[in-house]
Amino acid sequence: MKKFIITTAIIGLISPIIVWASDANLEANNVHIRSLAASCAACHGTLGNTIKSNRSEATGNIPTLAGAKKDDIITKLQAFKSGERTATVMHRHAKGLTTDEITALAEYFSAQLPHVPAPLTSQKLRVDHAN
Amino acid sequence: MQTNRRDFMKLAGFAAAMGVAMPAFARASKLPIGRVVIIGGGYAGATAAKYLRMWSLGAIEVVVVEPNRQFVSCPLSNLVLGGSKSIDDLTFGYQLLKSNHGIQWVQDQVTAIDVDAKKISMTRGELSYDRLIIAPGIDFIYDSLPTLQSAEAQKQVPHAWKAGWQTVNLRKQLEAMPNGGVFVMNVPGAPYRCPPGPYERASQVAYYLKNNKPKSKVIVLDANAEIISKKGLFSKVFNDMYAGLIDYRPSNALVAVDVASKTVTTEFDVVKADVLNIIPPQRAGKPAQLAQLNNVDKRWCEVDFLTYESKLASNVHVIGDAVSAALPKSAHMATNQAKICANAIVQLMAGLAPDPAPVFANTCYSYVSDKSAMHVANVYRYDEAKKIMVSAEGGGVSAAPSEKEGAYAAAWATNIWSDVLT
Repeated sequence: MKKFIITTAIIGLISPIIVWASDANLEANNVHIRSLAASCAACHGTLGNTIKSNRSEATGNIPTLAGAKKDDIITKLQAFKSGERTATVMHRHAKGLTTDEITALAEYFSAQLPHVPAPLTSQKLRVDHAN
Repeated sequence: MQTNRRDFMKLAGFAAAMGVAMPAFARASKLPIGRVVIIGGGYAGATAAKYLRMWSLGAIEVVVVEPNRQFVSCPLSNLVLGGSKSIDDLTFGYQLLKSNHGIQWVQDQVTAIDVDAKKISMTRGELSYDRLIIAPGIDFIYDSLPTLQSAEAQKQVPHAWKAGWQTVNLRKQLEAMPNGGVFVMNVPGAPYRCPPGPYERASQVAYYLKNNKPKSKVIVLDANAEIISKKGLFSKVFNDMYAGLIDYRPSNALVAVDVASKTVTTEFDVVKADVLNIIPPQRAGKPAQLAQLNNVDKRWCEVDFLTYESKLASNVHVIGDAVSAALPKSAHMATNQAKICANAIVQLMAGLAPDPAPVFANTCYSYVSDKSAMHVANVYRYDEAKKIMVSAEGGGVSAAPSEKEGAYAAAWATNIWSDVLT
């Protein structure tokens, strides 16, 4: 018991260092994962805020990742990876990811604030465009 | 400078711990820690500008130099030829990108790059930089096609390989072609911008002809020995969906083009066209040539795949189609390179190491009609021994084109445009 108290006290003393070190790891991991997560934006939108277009019925099937439950993202990606869940394209991406990356992506996207992205509207091509 | 850098790192660390980006918070921060000038506002350049501002929490000043006022998407531009899209559907402004992220914008042409003095010259003034990103897209090589050098010749025989009026011109020629006319196009030897693009184009033209001018045909003169992207899928589309409409001829490199008679001479054939579309061989765009960074075959730029810094000039990065890589020159790939580059620059300017093991995904759709599309998709990861990006497990192509994937392709376009331009 005495040993336990002493150990606990020592851990208490060094815990700020542990916390600091894990922040540094978190930062390094975040640098790796934020650019991988950004790669998903082509279909899932910036920071996981997918644009749902009325013109295209399939966008309803592309889930918004921002603010989604971490465990749901992991379960789905793991199912795509194992082949248990079929897809047109997501199984290809999930199979290319490591289990650690799937977990980190789920953490990253679940921490994003969901919002409706500002609409981008097309315009008439100007006569002075170079090509 | 030291204090600013430390403050910036505190902000970056805090935001990282929160797992969210806070551009508004960042805009309130103090002096910038440096200036990045980006040449080119296409998929690569515009993306790099946005993500540099986002990930540095506004601490890096970003100036984009782009001669055009508008962004016109090459992806989906073959649908303009098929008739299911107009060029105006693919044209966007830069206003939201600029105002949402506090990006400075100079509408001008770069005339000189001095990598020793770290400054660029434009037709109206100069800009100094701490780091330069060159996102120049492609430039056409007319050495072997001298008759196509002039702007007038390119009006008669469009390339339509940079989207805009060239695309509109080719569509108009196709519309004016009589039923029974011959549309002739080529595929340049790889590598070139958008590997499946020429085969998608042949499919789109055939789609239009099938519905409007069924006595006509498309002749495809391919400099490559076979279809170089989505081969099985395109072969089936050419042979089944557009049987009798597409005459595909591999190993048929161009030798000469006579503009007035629209006649093409290849190693094996002489072909006369009613509408002629020549896609010339390509190299890194002019700004990369100005900086003399196109060291691979005098065409493409060699870079470090952790930072996209040029192997020839320090503090100068090259991204997008201009990069020499055994990877498809696609829009999604250009945005990926831009993000890895931006991520590395944010780290480097804060005195930290870049991500040693970048990973990204590429999804590329090709439309074979107005509604049906098919994909090729892959994850790529950095190989420490080879020092290049290599395919991860699980990549591949669709089993067949489908309307479901056509809808996903439309969603891809909507989301990538918004990611790049807002």
